[in-house]
Amino acid sequence: MTDIFGLLKGKPEDSDYEKKGVIVQGITGAYGSLHAKNMMAYGTNIVAGVTPGKGGQRFEDKVPIYNTMQEAVNATNAKISIIYVPAKFFLSAAKEALESGIKLLVAIPEHVPIRDTMEALELANQKGAVIIGPNTPGIMIPELIKVGIMPPMPFKAGKIAVLSKSGTLLYEISDALTKAGFGQSITIGIGGDPINGTRLIDAYEMVKDISDLEGMVVVGEIGGDSEEILAQRIIDSGFNKPTVAYIAGRAAPKEKRMGHAGAIVMGTYGSAESKISMFNKANIPVAKRPAEVPVLLAGKMRKSD
Amino acid sequence: MRLLEFQAKELFREYGINLLDSKSSTNIEEGRKHAKELGYPFVIKIQVPVGGRGKAGGIQKCQNDDEFEIKYPQVMDLTIKGEKARAILLEKMADIKKELYLSLFLNRSKRCYTIIASAEGGIEIESVKNQIIKEVGLGEVSDEIARQVAKEMELEGKPADGFVDTLKKLSKLTIEKEAELAEINPLAIMQDDTIMALDGKFVTDDNSNFRHEELEKYQEKTEIEERAEKSGFSLVELDGDIAVVGNGAGLVMSTLDMLSDNGGKPACFLDVGGGATTESVYEALTLISKISRVKGILVNLYGGIVKTTVVAEAFLKAYENNLIDLPVFSRLKGTESEKAKEMLQGSRTKIYDSVEEAINAAVMEVKK
Repeated sequence: MTDIFGLLKGKPEDSDYEKKGVIVQGITGAYGSLHAKNMMAYGTNIVAGVTPGKGGQRFEDKVPIYNTMQEAVNATNAKISIIYVPAKFFLSAAKEALESGIKLLVAIPEHVPIRDTMEALELANQKGAVIIGPNTPGIMIPELIKVGIMPPMPFKAGKIAVLSKSGTLLYEISDALTKAGFGQSITIGIGGDPINGTRLIDAYEMVKDISDLEGMVVVGEIGGDSEEILAQRIIDSGFNKPTVAYIAGRAAPKEKRMGHAGAIVMGTYGSAESKISMFNKANIPVAKRPAEVPVLLAGKMRKSD
Repeated sequence: MRLLEFQAKELFREYGINLLDSKSSTNIEEGRKHAKELGYPFVIKIQVPVGGRGKAGGIQKCQNDDEFEIKYPQVMDLTIKGEKARAILLEKMADIKKELYLSLFLNRSKRCYTIIASAEGGIEIESVKNQIIKEVGLGEVSDEIARQVAKEMELEGKPADGFVDTLKKLSKLTIEKEAELAEINPLAIMQDDTIMALDGKFVTDDNSNFRHEELEKYQEKTEIEERAEKSGFSLVELDGDIAVVGNGAGLVMSTLDMLSDNGGKPACFLDVGGGATTESVYEALTLISKISRVKGILVNLYGGIVKTTVVAEAFLKAYENNLIDLPVFSRLKGTESEKAKEMLQGSRTKIYDSVEEAINAAVMEVKK
């Protein structure tokens, strides 16, 4: 099982404990540079950037830029990378990262073809690496490290794990949680694509044994059956931390893609009803509105006291 | 994209899957010509990108010219689940012995293609009994696996051979075109024991469109959808009267849900994507101004780092240029919201602190 905290934080005896290096692939692009700056401002230790043809330059007069991932990894020994390249180039960027020894790959681009995601995943499996995304806002341990594109304001350090398919709903719901006094131990963006490098069930496995975890929030949406499978796993594994879910897309018409490539109901496959009924079966309340999530969570916590 | 039946069948034909003779037309003159070429009897089939056509009267048998003159326009005028006819397919009638079900779909949680087959087809997949489900990886379906499925369906002899052949061809097509779903329902065993695809459904991965120029001709987009795509927006037109705009697919879906919960009817789903700027919001309003049924606009933006004053500017500009004359109900999460409210004072745009308040106001206004 992936030790996600080990990857993001390291161990207290590590010399780079709580400042693990992150490489930014596509650091000189408009999007990549903006978010590289934002991550640095948040305290993420950006140790290198990669842009073919710009090797030797420095980003913000500070971060060295390399032509290839291999050079960047050789120079920094970083195990984390984040990709900001157009979807068409995602596969080659991902391959380069995985071949160079990256163990945690955060894939930001939207519109990556499914076949490319599958190919990248196959390589990640061979290399024992984890891919978060594609089409994800990223992953963060609030107030410690952010590998992604989320704005900082909604998040606060705490003891609730938030897993979300959607970016803006992750912000919205974390904001509501923070205001209600529920900080977050970790937030994992699953992504809105049909195929996710880290599925809800994988993300659950990453967080379920956090020693001081006090609760979990799952933000799902129509499409596929990963919420159903997660609910079943929660039942089977006897997970007993207060958990609340939210599912977007109840009012969406069938067979229409609702913005996300993965948000589509085909027949009954992927319907909100199916997900909600499975969560109910797992004794997990499903909020009707994002603002209701902290209310339901507080209710669950009172019950479990 | 989701192909229409006749488009899916064009691909099936290209890959050698057996089909009945058929011809698609978009007007009755063309249809009359096809009727002559095919000869009676045949079936008139509406071409819409949704299921349930038979129940809605979109599939009609036709025996002669008189029937044709009545039924062709009837079928052409149908609206099924909000979808108007894109074309009419005339297809020869079939002498069927048995109806089967066959599909290949991308199993998202197992991350591989999966076969679903049944010896009892011809009805919607949800009702298909004795489903045989087989995960088959990412490559083409092998002869061995196809035989195994045929055996489990209790097919023998010529029908079994025909089924195996069809499954392998469908698998090749699915992989080469990067499809998420390929379905033949019914797949028929004919009186002479040949296997034929009587219907076809084919959904491809839109994100791989750039690798499939050959599929471009099937791309169906309204002018509004095309403009939306150019701006990097996602837009789904719906049949209500309140346009819903926001940033992020999840947030817009969530707004749609809450609006519907409160008795509102969404006119569209419009996701302007990550950040909101004066330009992107102005362009969103431009697109909405082209949807005539809209009576009000509901805006839900989770800005993060976005300045709400920037968004307010877009609204003001839209009124100033007479782009819209509609009330806007907006919830703008971001910085400088007090200043934005001030800017919009006296205009037809109201800013609310919560999306719930904005929704209530929108529903009330539209009901007036």
